[in-house]
Amino acid sequence: MADLHFLANPARFRRLSQRLLPSLSFATVLMLAFGLYLALIQSPPDYQQGDTVRIMFVHVPSAWIAMGGYGLLAALGASLLIWRHPLAALMARAAAPVGAGFCAVCLLTGSLWGRPMWGAYWVWDARLTSMLLLFFLYLGHIALSRAYDEPERGDRAAAILALVGVINLPIIKFSVDWWNTLHQPASVARLGGPSIHTSILVPLLWMAVTLLLLFVLLVLLRTDTEIDRRRLENAEQQA
Amino acid sequence: MSGFASLIARDLRLVWRRPGDVAVVLAFFIVATTLFPLGIGPEANVLARIAAGVLWCAALFAALLSLDRLFAADLEDGTLDLLLLAPWPLELAALAKCAAHWIVTGLPLAALAPVLGVAFGLEPDVLLALAATLLVGTPTLSLIGGLAAALTLGARKSGALLALLALPLCVPTLIFGTGAVEALATGGDFGAHLAVLGALALVALATTPWAIAAALRQAGE
Repeated sequence: MADLHFLANPARFRRLSQRLLPSLSFATVLMLAFGLYLALIQSPPDYQQGDTVRIMFVHVPSAWIAMGGYGLLAALGASLLIWRHPLAALMARAAAPVGAGFCAVCLLTGSLWGRPMWGAYWVWDARLTSMLLLFFLYLGHIALSRAYDEPERGDRAAAILALVGVINLPIIKFSVDWWNTLHQPASVARLGGPSIHTSILVPLLWMAVTLLLLFVLLVLLRTDTEIDRRRLENAEQQA
Repeated sequence: MSGFASLIARDLRLVWRRPGDVAVVLAFFIVATTLFPLGIGPEANVLARIAAGVLWCAALFAALLSLDRLFAADLEDGTLDLLLLAPWPLELAALAKCAAHWIVTGLPLAALAPVLGVAFGLEPDVLLALAATLLVGTPTLSLIGGLAAALTLGARKSGALLALLALPLCVPTLIFGTGAVEALATGGDFGAHLAVLGALALVALATTPWAIAAALRQAGE
């Protein structure tokens, strides 16, 4: 915890991120190149899904990151409201569009996978629907944080929204599952069967780590930009 | 009279002096539901099948439509500053505001929905079920909508933003509200759905006043 407080100072965070970013970018690019080789060339096609199973290597990690990203927004919101960490607001502002982006990637890749597998780009499956609602929650957070003339107001309003949203996520998930079982029987299970073969699991986990690094990299970069932007705005006001 | 009751009484008195504001919301509810048969076609079995969903969605939109002035008027005339300074909890004031909103919108919407349901060819027991679900479900809409109204207080384009924030959070209420009516029509467990709807209202009752108060404190700073 003490370390997190240490990072709350934007200038200190900045120095650390500047030192971290070059090696992090390098590692992400290398891991992405090898991950794509694993996912697209080295791993075997699925016996049922054929080559479309390769979509999963991007789709599943994106879903994980999109969900974790909203948790991050809530944690940042809590630290803004409780300790008034100035960095938390800037990082939430930076992270929300990235999380929404991963959510959109998850929805789009899922839709592309659904067309050959289910015969439709979109079905009102419980998982798809709750992912779509998560995307809407992201949109609300992004819109609210940018809806005020004073950015600090938007930061704090969005922080409250993120906390309420994270409480509501399980309720929304549960009710959508319920709604789906009410209307139609369970859809095709993903990744067929209870266990996943290692030839699929290894590239999947590799891509998960890679995309997580990409998420961290993008959030750090964007947080740096937000620090610069806030400084610029303050300088303009003083001038 | 306690502060809670007097704040509700004040809001009701304000509405009583300008009843047009409530009438417009109810008129919107009627007109919006009328559009569905016009757009979808007059087949009786199709209309009866979609009636609960249409009426619930229209009620949801009508409730949201009336929310953007919930705290805005208090911010403009200084009432909000007095509420912030008052020696009793802001959470209670937030709850009172939402309760007043429910009395002037949720209650009339629940009363009006069965009348509109007749036009969709619903059976009498389904009409009653519809009114019951709206009666139990609309408090949640007022509370979540009140939170969205407090969060967007003073924001640019607050009306559309309010809907964007509130609608995803209202999804569980919509699902169980329409699910209850559907359960009754298809021989499912109506009571269980209604109980979940009540549980959602209680969760909203226990959590949203704190969030609304926090949002109002931000707005008042």
